[in-house]
Amino acid sequence: MHAIYNAIFEPGFFSSSQVHVAATIGGLVALVSAVTGVFTVMRGQSFGGHALGDVSAAGGAGALLVGLSPVIGFVGLGIVGAGVMDMIGVRRLRGRDLATGIVLGTAIGLSALFLHLTTTRSATTGAVQQVLFGSIYATPPGTIPIVVALSVVALGALAVVSRPLLLATVSPDIAAARGVAVRMVGLLYMLALAISVGLSSLAIGAILSTALLIGPPAAALRVAKRTSRAIGLACLFGVAATWIGILLAYDSYYWGTAHQALPVSFFVVAIVFVGYLATGLTGARTAGRTAAPTAAPAAAIGRDEMAA
Amino acid sequence: MFAVGFMMNAWITATIVAVVGGVVGFFVVLRGAAFPAHAIPKGAFAGAAGAALLGISTLIGLAVFALLGAFGIASLSRRSRTDVATALTLVMMLALGAAFLSRTIEYESAIYSLLFGEVLGVSTNQVLPTALFGAVCIAAITVAYRPLLLSSVVPEVAEAKGVRARWIELLFLIIVALATAMTVPVVGALLIFSLMIGPPAAARSVTSRPLLAMVLSVAIALVTVWAAIAAAYLYNWPVGFCVGALSALSYGIGRGWATWRHRRGVPALEAA
Repeated sequence: MHAIYNAIFEPGFFSSSQVHVAATIGGLVALVSAVTGVFTVMRGQSFGGHALGDVSAAGGAGALLVGLSPVIGFVGLGIVGAGVMDMIGVRRLRGRDLATGIVLGTAIGLSALFLHLTTTRSATTGAVQQVLFGSIYATPPGTIPIVVALSVVALGALAVVSRPLLLATVSPDIAAARGVAVRMVGLLYMLALAISVGLSSLAIGAILSTALLIGPPAAALRVAKRTSRAIGLACLFGVAATWIGILLAYDSYYWGTAHQALPVSFFVVAIVFVGYLATGLTGARTAGRTAAPTAAPAAAIGRDEMAA
Repeated sequence: MFAVGFMMNAWITATIVAVVGGVVGFFVVLRGAAFPAHAIPKGAFAGAAGAALLGISTLIGLAVFALLGAFGIASLSRRSRTDVATALTLVMMLALGAAFLSRTIEYESAIYSLLFGEVLGVSTNQVLPTALFGAVCIAAITVAYRPLLLSSVVPEVAEAKGVRARWIELLFLIIVALATAMTVPVVGALLIFSLMIGPPAAARSVTSRPLLAMVLSVAIALVTVWAAIAAAYLYNWPVGFCVGALSALSYGIGRGWATWRHRRGVPALEAA
């Protein structure tokens, strides 16, 4: 019994302060990403959600260059990027794809410039890798309060607009007819998305940011009929994947003889990916017996996008 | 700037890249496939890391992962929405890349150049494979031109005429993958994306005729990369930044042009 326990939780897992910080920040970010992500997946804005991660990373590189706080860089440029995407046409489907692409391309160009200047001016090592991959263990404990505060802002904004947002997502026409300011609600949602993604790419890196924003919500929406239940399931799945991923990465140091840990992001993404595939299997069985659970909203969104 | 040998390589490869980027990008914009066009090159980056780990050619690693990405997106798209499928395929590839990188000692500068490009460092033996891949891409698009165009613009008509949307989509993703494998060593994983979006988008806001738009797209892409190389050579600016900025600028000018024509009463051309 004890041996099995030790095999699952390698020595020192629960007493490592690094693990504590990673688990706290990772869990929190997974939670916020899951809630935001349910709307992102329903609205078909996965590309926007991913692109904002790269935009924030460009902000992070800029902040690194001029010596600003990375939080300002990540969240600040993310918000600017979300605003520009909304301005040049996030609403129409075709235009949205293009607008996101243009903003993303510009941000990548800026990243190239900032990193070029950073690496030529000072011998900062790991800047490129940090911007591309990030690391859950690189988060200084001091940033936890800021992460918590901004998470509350993002979740609060979503909570305030959740009902009109949901209506505007499923059917913009009905929402407009009922007096919902569809444009305004969409912009508020983009801001919440920018904060959430900026935060997650700062705290856990760009890969995990997208993985946790899209994976758990997409899996949850496949099995849950109601949006509220999908949000709950996505939160559970996201937090579980993050924590199990941290545990496996910690344990991986003891696997084999090389004593080289594999990155947390690898394990978390693998769990999310497999989980998503697995819900596809159960979804297929359910769909055979009754109507597909997520077909109705998905079809509705598809129609609206075509009409728009 | 033109006499030095290594600069000659840069001009030649950049020209090939711009032509392929402009042509493939036309369909990327037409099909609204900006996300796959971003995901395949970015995910293929992991293949380069894997190749370094196994000690094989970077080009093979890139090609294998680019194709994996194309097949991954196409097969996941069958049972879920394309944007979700693309996002999950991308993060899975990047996660593998992170795992590979944790097992190798890659130099920072090597990673930077794979991401953002090192067009000034193109060696003579890289020119031929680039030209070869480029020729295959252009040939594939030429052969599949009509069904590709039809399924992009009027999917219903294409389906009625017997064009299988799913196969065309897979073919298109494979073309993007080939373009990726060829361009990543030259302009970097992230910048080929700018080249496939900005110039074609600008071209499409000027004209709705497909062939003309494609020619214009190639022309803008050529000006973009040539200017970027000149700036890199003369002022030591990163090529990536110049390509990104000029792509966005050309799109902005294209949009401005379209708005101006619209105001003067000429019907908008963007609707196609």
